[in-house]
Amino acid sequence: MRSLTTSRGRLAAIAAGLLLLLMFPQFEQDFYTELVTRTMILAIFAISLDLLLGYTGLISFGHAAWFGIGGYVLALLGTQYQVTNSLWLTLPAAIAVTALASFVVGLFVLRTRGMFFIMVTLAFAQIFYYLFHDVKSLGGSSDGLNLRGKPSTAINGWTPFDLTETATLYYFVLALMVAVLVFMAALLRSPLGRALQGIRENEHRMAAIGFPVLRYKLAAFTLAGSIAGLAGYLYAVLGGGVNPELLSWHQSADVLLMVILGGMGQLLGGVVGAFSFVLLQELTSTFTKDWHLWLGIVIVLLVLFLPDGMISIAARVKALVRRSRA
Amino acid sequence: MDLPLILIQALNAVQYGLLLFLVASGLTLIFGVMGVINLAHGSFYMMGAYLAFSLAPLTGNLLATIVVGLLLSVLIGALLEWALFAHLYRRNHLQQVLLTYGLILIFESLRSRFIGDDVHSVSVPAWLDFSIPLGDVMTYPAYRLFMSAVCLLVAAGLYLLIQRTRLGSQIRAGAANREMVQVLGINIDWVYRLVFALGVALAAFAGMINAPVTAVAPGMGMSMLIVSFVVVIVGGIGSVWGALVASQLIAFADTFGKVFVPDYAGMAIYIVMAIVLLWRPEGLFKS
Repeated sequence: MRSLTTSRGRLAAIAAGLLLLLMFPQFEQDFYTELVTRTMILAIFAISLDLLLGYTGLISFGHAAWFGIGGYVLALLGTQYQVTNSLWLTLPAAIAVTALASFVVGLFVLRTRGMFFIMVTLAFAQIFYYLFHDVKSLGGSSDGLNLRGKPSTAINGWTPFDLTETATLYYFVLALMVAVLVFMAALLRSPLGRALQGIRENEHRMAAIGFPVLRYKLAAFTLAGSIAGLAGYLYAVLGGGVNPELLSWHQSADVLLMVILGGMGQLLGGVVGAFSFVLLQELTSTFTKDWHLWLGIVIVLLVLFLPDGMISIAARVKALVRRSRA
Repeated sequence: MDLPLILIQALNAVQYGLLLFLVASGLTLIFGVMGVINLAHGSFYMMGAYLAFSLAPLTGNLLATIVVGLLLSVLIGALLEWALFAHLYRRNHLQQVLLTYGLILIFESLRSRFIGDDVHSVSVPAWLDFSIPLGDVMTYPAYRLFMSAVCLLVAAGLYLLIQRTRLGSQIRAGAANREMVQVLGINIDWVYRLVFALGVALAAFAGMINAPVTAVAPGMGMSMLIVSFVVVIVGGIGSVWGALVASQLIAFADTFGKVFVPDYAGMAIYIVMAIVLLWRPEGLFKS
């Protein structure tokens, strides 16, 4: 992994980006503040998938399941069963439940590889989709559940911050996104992170030198699921409700596109990908209502003509420059 | 539950299973022979249903609709293979997923733009629009029996094609070793093109023949694709025989799941899949 500090320009760009994000709510454009909040949540979601896709080499096509479960835990605790609406209880619960669910599913799906893995993750995500679509005790309906307001942050009557304020929710999500990035940076330098990248490069060699490959993959799958659960929780808070579409295969495909757009296996790839994706979506919708048609055409053309992604454009330009100098 | 009711459900399951087989066999052939994961395969099923809906007023009868529809789908399949899929054979799975996902988006948008998002129906041909009595009070629609019979014929034809013809042995050889087949002077590009067109035609045929008993609606392609994936996972990638067995297994799980545990019916097939995965991670019939 390239260290972030090796390039001074890169560091400056990151600092500028962070500063811009910190200042953004001061413009007091609630619509755009909420849009950026949503985008940062999607960034957390994309970062979690990149742990599987970019760092462990697992193509999961069912990552939306964890996203949806995270949101549904809040809706079930806060609305359907009215157990608690406290942030301090529902957020850990959401992460714990998604961790457990992704651990159990990981036990099944990680037995497969390659093409099988793609199909099996899609199929398992579908199970959860039907659970929240059909089973009444889990809020089952196509309309989903509405939240009873934002989660409360009160501790013994003291309220440190108020999530009903647009700017506060924004900063809360920004702080969590930065925390997830710091966590990922630390994870990738840890022995676990190194082992995962080793598995991506050559699974059989890792197994041959004695790494319990399945256990490492299961750890990555569970971690990625938990972080996606966090993102789904925040998404439900922002949107004020949940519905089964959060777990749909469209959602899984969109987050996959975000990771690829931002660059797989890059720490900030998820952030860049989520922002580019939302920006593209918003820009396209200003001149056509057929965003899906254009997205489809762009994807097909990109795979055919730029199989190595946008980064390959830079490499090609460099090669051209070098040739013209010689 | 009494016997005639079980019999009706069993007949429904067999018919649904055979329909699933038509879609899944093409999917598993394209997996097995060319090594491509094709997310857009469900779109071909949808295309068939919409072809049946659009062609019915023009041709006036089901047989003509199916003949014209099949010719069109073979043509579309061969064209898509030439323009897009032929470039995917040496690419990694992620690129295959991306391109075929892009295709789904394009197909769904085109469908929405040219035919709309309404739910349509296609009428059962008059000469098959009657019911056969079962027991004292129950009846069974003749069209569904006709469907089962036709699907069985197609399955038999597919078996003969793969096991007993020259083309079939080229297909099997192509799946095993592409280079060797080329060295023997066989044009593997055309074998692949035919296999792909065959897969498209099978899925479209399933869509056309099923149109009179189902709603022709947006989203039908994707739900079919996911169930076909489950069939391929259970049957084993590349195994046509596995697809036949697995499609019956899945169809019975789905049909009787709806009867016995209606609240959880959507999940029955996935539970079967999970059990198979624990027992045989590479499917029942690894090819």
